[in-house]
Amino acid sequence: MSKAAELANLIGNINAGGGGVNRNVIINGAMNVAQRGTSTTGLGADADTIPTCDRWYHSAQSTAGRFTMTQDSSAPSGFANSLKLACTTADTSIAAGEVLLLRQKLEGQNVQMFAKGTADAKPYALSFYVKGNASATYVAELMDNDNSNRHVNKTFSVTTDWTRVELSLPADTTGALDDDFANSLDLNIWLHAGSNRTSGSLQTTWGALAQANRCVGISSFFSSTSNTFFITGVQLEVGQNPTEFEHKSFAQDLLDCQRYLWCVDATDDRGGSGDRSLGIGTYYNSTAVIVFVDTPVQMRSTPTLSVVLNGSSTWLQSYVGASGNDSNAGLNVGQNGPNTAHRLYFTSAHSGITAGQSSWNQVRDDAKFFMSAEL
Amino acid sequence: MKIENAQYFKDLSTGEVCSIRCIANGLHTSIPTDPDNTDYQEVLKQVKEGTLTIKDAD
Repeated sequence: MSKAAELANLIGNINAGGGGVNRNVIINGAMNVAQRGTSTTGLGADADTIPTCDRWYHSAQSTAGRFTMTQDSSAPSGFANSLKLACTTADTSIAAGEVLLLRQKLEGQNVQMFAKGTADAKPYALSFYVKGNASATYVAELMDNDNSNRHVNKTFSVTTDWTRVELSLPADTTGALDDDFANSLDLNIWLHAGSNRTSGSLQTTWGALAQANRCVGISSFFSSTSNTFFITGVQLEVGQNPTEFEHKSFAQDLLDCQRYLWCVDATDDRGGSGDRSLGIGTYYNSTAVIVFVDTPVQMRSTPTLSVVLNGSSTWLQSYVGASGNDSNAGLNVGQNGPNTAHRLYFTSAHSGITAGQSSWNQVRDDAKFFMSAEL
Repeated sequence: MKIENAQYFKDLSTGEVCSIRCIANGLHTSIPTDPDNTDYQEVLKQVKEGTLTIKDAD
């Protein structure tokens, strides 16, 4: 994009109510944060989960196709990472209900600037960079989850070189997005779909849910085990014209992601391998410890707790003074609500302790402790 | 989400049910009974569909 065109786009978007800093409503658009891990194999079974890069769900239904997802270092100039999908099992007999897509779910309170459902509704400027192993056509979609799944769709092309995709999606004066912390708007990147979603006419203006109009003209990512798909630099902003990607520091990207997932990662050996601090606690009785954890940002809801052992035999190390105990303590989250301060209960964390004794608690080497409040 | 061995847990300080301890997609997990938590929404869906039962708290 020339500087003159870039400036014209920016001015145009400012006039339309967008532009400026923090204009990108997509979180982790440069794929720099991957708290869960950088590679997951065998994906494709029915699921709606985030395997690698934070905030980027994959949704699969009814397909025999399988793929590996990685945070990859292949990226266009100015980027360090991309999200890569590599097909490992092809599916060339596509049943009507098959689905594969990438999705970012957006909180209603974060997309109010589009003024959707009002007379002042703003257009959506969507841009991203993509690459594949061969030419292909996929579909980008915005879906309104607050108003019976109204949606708008546009196809885009993938080649063997990094290509910047720029899509202008119209304003929608019907159906306001709720101003809350639930999932109001989805950005969907469709990579595979059966005839249930391809047999109509592509819905290029906002309209009521019409499944057959969602993926007309789409290629199939599962057509061959040679297939790859890379994406990065995803930006959704107010305006008629996409502007250059708004880069953020890693710290800012991480903070944005930590509203939905906070992790103590004892697999990260920077600074030396070993256990990683979790928090100070106090013993409730002889075996159960209450641990207080402060997250760097307010989590979206009371978080779910989970643990991945990654080969470690236990996940928690709880010390009372110099008396440490390793265990797979039971996880329990107290009544906290959306908050930065969290009261966690770990049962069977130690033995023979006197209630009220203080403790220092760590996640054992190679394990990961997660607190998630995903949309 | 595949949820197994689900059991309610009571907040030690209030005595009220505050979470569900379970194995979710193979991971040891605690899901809070917060209606805004999407994992809890999935739990409620599976209970309503009859595919999940939750043991009472100890």
